[in-house]
Amino acid sequence: MNKVQNNRAWWLVLPMFVLVAFSAIIPLMTVVNYSVQDIFDQNTAYFVGIEWYQEVLRDTRLHDSLLRQFTFSFSVLLIEIPLGIAVALTMPKKGWQSSLCLILLALPLLIPWNVVGTIWQIFGRADIGLFGWALNAIGVDYNYTANTVDAWLTVLLMDVWHWTPLVALLCYSGLRAIPDAYYQAAQIDRASSWAIFRHIQLPRLKSVLVLAVLLRFMDSFMIYTEPFVLTGGGPGNATTFLSQTLTQMAIGQFDLGPAAAFSLVYFLIVLLVSWLFFTTISHMEKDKSDG
Amino acid sequence: MGKRKVTGLVVYLVFVLLPIYWLLNMSFKTNEEILGGLTFWPQHFTFDNYITIFTDASWYMGYVNSVTYVVINMVITLLVALPAAYAFSRYKFVGDKHLFFWLLTNRMAPPAVFLLPFFQLYSSIGLFDTHLAVALAHCLFSIPLAVWILEGFMSGVPREIDETAYIDGYSFGHFFVRIFIPMIRSGIGVTAFFSFMFSWVELLLARTLTSVDAKPISAIMTRTVGAAGIDWGVLAAAGVLTIVPGVLVIWFVRNHVAKGFALGRV
Repeated sequence: MNKVQNNRAWWLVLPMFVLVAFSAIIPLMTVVNYSVQDIFDQNTAYFVGIEWYQEVLRDTRLHDSLLRQFTFSFSVLLIEIPLGIAVALTMPKKGWQSSLCLILLALPLLIPWNVVGTIWQIFGRADIGLFGWALNAIGVDYNYTANTVDAWLTVLLMDVWHWTPLVALLCYSGLRAIPDAYYQAAQIDRASSWAIFRHIQLPRLKSVLVLAVLLRFMDSFMIYTEPFVLTGGGPGNATTFLSQTLTQMAIGQFDLGPAAAFSLVYFLIVLLVSWLFFTTISHMEKDKSDG
Repeated sequence: MGKRKVTGLVVYLVFVLLPIYWLLNMSFKTNEEILGGLTFWPQHFTFDNYITIFTDASWYMGYVNSVTYVVINMVITLLVALPAAYAFSRYKFVGDKHLFFWLLTNRMAPPAVFLLPFFQLYSSIGLFDTHLAVALAHCLFSIPLAVWILEGFMSGVPREIDETAYIDGYSFGHFFVRIFIPMIRSGIGVTAFFSFMFSWVELLLARTLTSVDAKPISAIMTRTVGAAGIDWGVLAAAGVLTIVPGVLVIWFVRNHVAKGFALGRV
C-alpha cells in the first residue's frame, strides 16, 4: 500500500510512545546507571566504569548458565518447530473438528506459567503423578528432583507441551492462507504429498515460521517461571537458566552493579541473535529474488 | 485424510490434555486420597478444595486482583495501540521505521532485566502494590505486539474507504470510531486475546510489583506450602480455576484465532 507522507501522524503515535517510553526508557536508564557504579547505600555510590562488565563476562557461573540457556533454546527450537508443522498439517481444515482442535491446542498457551510448572511438578512425581508413576512402573528409574538428566528432560518436555501449540497455530493459519488453486495444480501434476509439502506448503509457511522461530527463541531465552516452580533450578544448578541467575543476583544477593551489567549483556544477546537470524533470512530472500 | 494422520493428531491431543486432566482429577480428591496412592479418577469425589478457595478471601481476592489488572492492561493497550497502528498503516512520518523497530525490541527484553528498575520506578511514584502498576508494566510487552497485529489488520483495509469517508464529510474521530473500528473488529478481538494471554500468564513482574492489595493469584499459589506440607488438593483446584478464564476467552475468539495468527508478514 502506498502511504502518504504526513508528520502529523505522530499525534496518533504519541500516547503509545509516551506510555512505552515511560515503562521502557526510564528503567533501562536506571539499569545503565547501576551498571557503571558501585552502590553502597542511597547516597554513596562510586563510578566504576566497565568494571562490572568485566567481572560479569569473567564469571564462570554466568558462562555455565549461558551455555545451558543456549542448549535449552536450541533443543526447544529443534523439537517444537518440526512438531508444530506436523501437527498443523494433520489438523482438520474445516467444520467443528477444526474449531475443537484450535481450542484444545490453545489451551496450554492460556495457563499461567506458574500453573504450568505446578501441573508438571505434580504430573512428574513418582508418587502422585501419572507420568512419573507410569515411567517407574515400566522400569525407568525416573526422578526429576534428584537426577540431572531427568530434570533437564522434564523441563524440555514441559516446554514442548507448553509452546508447540503456538507454532502449530501459526503454521495452521499459514496453511489456511494457501489458495486452493495451488493444490489443484499439484493434483493435476500427480504430485506426491511430500512434493506438495516441500514445494508448496513449506515455502508458503516461511514467513510464519520466521515469526515462530523468533518468538520461540526470544521466549525460551527468557524462561523463568516454569523451571522455577518445577525444579527451582536444581538439582544443583542443572536447570538454572539466565533469568533465574539474574533474579538471584538482583533480588537474592542485591548485587546491583553486576546484576545491572548482566542485564544489559543479556538483553544485547537476545537482540543480537534475533537480529542475526532476521537479517540472514531477509538476505536469503533477496538473493533468491535477485537470482 | 489418512488414518495415520488422525492417529497422530489424536496422540498429540492426548499428550496435551493428559497433564490438564491430571490436575482436574486431583482437584476433586481429598489430600488423603492424593497421597494415599495413585487413582485414575476421584474415588471420594469432593468439592472441598473449591469451597476452600471460594470462601477464603485471601484466595479468591487473588483472582479478582489478577482479572483487574488484566482488564486494565487490555483497555490501555487497545486505547493507545489503535491510533498508533492506524498511523503506522496509513502514513509515512519522520522516524516511523525506527520507532517501529524500537517498539519491537521491547518485546525482546527479558522481564527479569526490568524487575528491579520497575520496582523502584513504581515505588517512587507511589504505584507499588496497585493494579495499575502491574498493568503498566505488562503494557511494555503487550503494546508492541498489539500494534504489530493491528497494523497487519489495518493494512488489509483499502485506503479508498478512508478517503470516501472524508469526502462524505466524516471527521477523523467519527470515521475511526463508527466505520473503521467495526471493520477490523476481528483484529481487535485477536489483539485483546493476545494482551489477555500475556498479562494473565505472567508471574515474575506481577509478583514483584505487588505485596498485599494487588497480589495476583499466581503469587498466592506459590504460598500453599504450609506447615503440614503442600496442600495438593487446593493447589490443584486453584490451578484449574486459573485455566477457566483462558478457556472462556478462547471460546469467544475461536473463529478469529486462525486469521489472527496469520500476522506473519515479516
